[in-house]
Amino acid sequence: MLHLLDRPLAAVAPSRRTFLKLSAGAAGGLLLALRLPGAAPARAAEGTFAQPFVHIRTDGTVVVLSKHLDKGQGVATGLATLVADELDAAWEQVTVAFAPADGELYKNLFFGVQGTGGSTAIANSFLQYRAAGAAARAMLVAAAARQWGVPADEIAVSGGVVSYGSGRSATFGDLAGAAAQEDVPAEPMLKTPEQWVYIGKRFPRLDTRMKTVGAPGAFGIDHQADGMLVAVLARPPRFGATVARVDDTATRAVAGVVDVVALPSGVAVLATSTWPAIRARDLLEVTWDDSAAETRSSDAMLAELSDLTAQPGLVAADEGDAEAAIAAAAKVVEVDYSFPFLAHAPMEPLDITVLFDGETARFHTGSQFQGIDQTVAAAVLGLTPDKVAIDTTWAGGSFGRRAQPDSHYFAEAAQIARARHDAGHAPQPIKVVWTREDDIRGGYYRPMVAHKVRVGLDAEGRILGWHHRVAAKSIMIGTPFESFVVKNGIDDTTVEGVHGTTYALPAMKVEVHNARTAVPVLWWRSVGHTHTAYVMETMIDRLARETGEDPVAFREKLLKDDPRKLAVLRLAADKAGWGTPVPEGRHRGIAVHTSFNSCVAEVAEISLRADGTVKVEKVVVAVDCGLPVNPDVIAAQVEGAIGYGLGAVLRNEITLTDGIVDQANFDTYLPLRLTDMPRIEVHVVPSAMAPTGIGEPGTPPIGPAVANAIAAATGEWVTVLPLSKHGLA
Amino acid sequence: MPVTLTINGAQRTVDADPDTPLLWVLRDELGLTGTKYGCGIAQCGACTVHIDGLPIRSCQTALSDVYGASVTTIEGLAGTAAEAVRAAWSELDVPQCGYCQSGQIMAAAALLAETPKPTDEDIDAAMDGNVCRCATYARIRSAIHVAAQKLEG
Repeated sequence: MLHLLDRPLAAVAPSRRTFLKLSAGAAGGLLLALRLPGAAPARAAEGTFAQPFVHIRTDGTVVVLSKHLDKGQGVATGLATLVADELDAAWEQVTVAFAPADGELYKNLFFGVQGTGGSTAIANSFLQYRAAGAAARAMLVAAAARQWGVPADEIAVSGGVVSYGSGRSATFGDLAGAAAQEDVPAEPMLKTPEQWVYIGKRFPRLDTRMKTVGAPGAFGIDHQADGMLVAVLARPPRFGATVARVDDTATRAVAGVVDVVALPSGVAVLATSTWPAIRARDLLEVTWDDSAAETRSSDAMLAELSDLTAQPGLVAADEGDAEAAIAAAAKVVEVDYSFPFLAHAPMEPLDITVLFDGETARFHTGSQFQGIDQTVAAAVLGLTPDKVAIDTTWAGGSFGRRAQPDSHYFAEAAQIARARHDAGHAPQPIKVVWTREDDIRGGYYRPMVAHKVRVGLDAEGRILGWHHRVAAKSIMIGTPFESFVVKNGIDDTTVEGVHGTTYALPAMKVEVHNARTAVPVLWWRSVGHTHTAYVMETMIDRLARETGEDPVAFREKLLKDDPRKLAVLRLAADKAGWGTPVPEGRHRGIAVHTSFNSCVAEVAEISLRADGTVKVEKVVVAVDCGLPVNPDVIAAQVEGAIGYGLGAVLRNEITLTDGIVDQANFDTYLPLRLTDMPRIEVHVVPSAMAPTGIGEPGTPPIGPAVANAIAAATGEWVTVLPLSKHGLA
Repeated sequence: MPVTLTINGAQRTVDADPDTPLLWVLRDELGLTGTKYGCGIAQCGACTVHIDGLPIRSCQTALSDVYGASVTTIEGLAGTAAEAVRAAWSELDVPQCGYCQSGQIMAAAALLAETPKPTDEDIDAAMDGNVCRCATYARIRSAIHVAAQKLEG
């Protein structure tokens, strides 16, 4: 259920300065200059218009090229909205296609490379795609003015029709070829907010209808081609192990099996279709060399993390003298937390198709980091990156899984293709398919994390000092991102959401330990905030209750310097009826957190079933994500982010026994189901700021909001996740 | 040995091992990729098809199980209930990534064919086996009610 507050958007204009300020924050200083689209592609068909972000066909169809992967978050519709508005196109004539891999034209302006992630898609594209639409409009107008011999500034464009007075009009398709000959304006005039037709309103998603008829050809796993082979791999059961010996006798006897190829990451079975490949893979007898493998159980890894948090670590932040303040405190609250490894488990497991002929390669997959994927694949294949094409497809979810700093699934596919080529086989498309078991057991998890927090209070319950230690394997160390984001050994994603908190704390010290394990880790929807928000927001609630204060009132005092966060806190509390009696059998908890430059407050209303398990009945949300481009897509993202976070908080953990993952599929890694889903009410705050993130920021507050509601119900604070460990789910 | 199946009302001949899951026959042999692979163990519902009108997990149905039966996939799903479901799905913009939605729609259409005016409890029972990792569940529930209204109206 969506509630868009009705303060007029028209009064607000996103200033370029605000945009730049925000984007610099999001990118950690990596912002590159905004550049308007310029060069036209070499091969524009006769009579068509082709600029990097906008193509117009002779039939008037406007094709918006999305430089971002759409994995469900709706960015394709969002980017099309920006173009359509400035172009004054009719919504019905707009369609979307994914841009090719081209790091110069299509880089993420916050990353400097082509890629999607960190909830940056709309934020980094907001001016760029509007400018592209405005430039195309100006070129259509210039072409019409030339043809009709009338002044350009007397020409109108509306709903896909270009007109002069009542006598002359033409469609975009009529003018496309002529418009393509016009100069690209360097600084096209953008609309003011009151002129917007689409931005800020609900327009239907461009991908809905096709997703109700089986999404023909949309997903990578559905790709079919003549002569295609399907590859399924045996990967080591213990992370870091290598292949010692393979007996593939039984495998090769399966009808349909074409080849068995040993790779650094495992053994690939190639067959003429998927089922024989899966069956035959399961018949492989592989002896693994575990000498470099992680052989510990997750309990032992967690014990190590807990030990680390008892010792001083690398100092990530140190303001005031937190330790002295705690030593002098009237009361010290000390809490240890732990969080398990989590798998992303997108509905479409990883898959990728490669066709390599020795000189060029073409990949077909839901690539999320085209810039890196292209480079890694080129290196494996012995090509320059420009010889590697990527056809980006719609992706069946990601939640971070497809954005890989090491592009391991591209590398694996490239290794298979290269091995086949080197063995003298003719070029053939090869589709690598991950089974669900491969996905759940395949690593690249949200890291296992331990926190130790000590907070000193004075006799009146005021916070004097906050000392916080986090131990986890870094997501960034050892990746190409390390040199950009890791400073003095500190990976900001380990502690984001703790240090830099806008709660007014007189003294704060934050320390980090980088744990070592061969278990590969990766960002998982909202990255470090998946655990830091839980710790911060349950601690704050605990301190409020410790001092006998209402959790909202307690937060209000600490947020005096953060009006944006304070506003969502108050709005969510107000809409949820905070302070009014809770319905019989219900309990409320609140949490508020800023991530990806957006502020989200959530009030969870829970009940406890007779068996003691938690039912989350209702969540009331207030979100400030800057200017809402499409409020309904924003609401959908918040609903989904809450469900995604809630599923993990309730029941999800990846555990290992002697280095082997215990879970394998949806019978052991239990997904959130329809009957778990709370009723969700989303209130979107109108904003004058340029858009900020929305794919992830809804996830962090749900865990602590539920935990705080449990504490309100039972007096117990859950500090070890998931809730199922405590009989609560 | 080649066998003939009834898929979406047409006779289709396939030559595959009789133990092959129907899911892979549909996807790889017949090119009907609207039926999705999600788990392979009947835990997620992405592969739901109708066999003689009933929603069935095709990943756990062997090719030999459907000799003589009538199989309907998302590509062939038609009729008033199906179109009401699709219209409601569009009206509410239910899908996010969309990968599970073929299975969701097959399950919802089967529910409405059997129970034109389902209660929330009916929806719980019919739809809890269909996983959506994007968690579009609230909209799925609403869209089924909207579809039911369309059927009534």
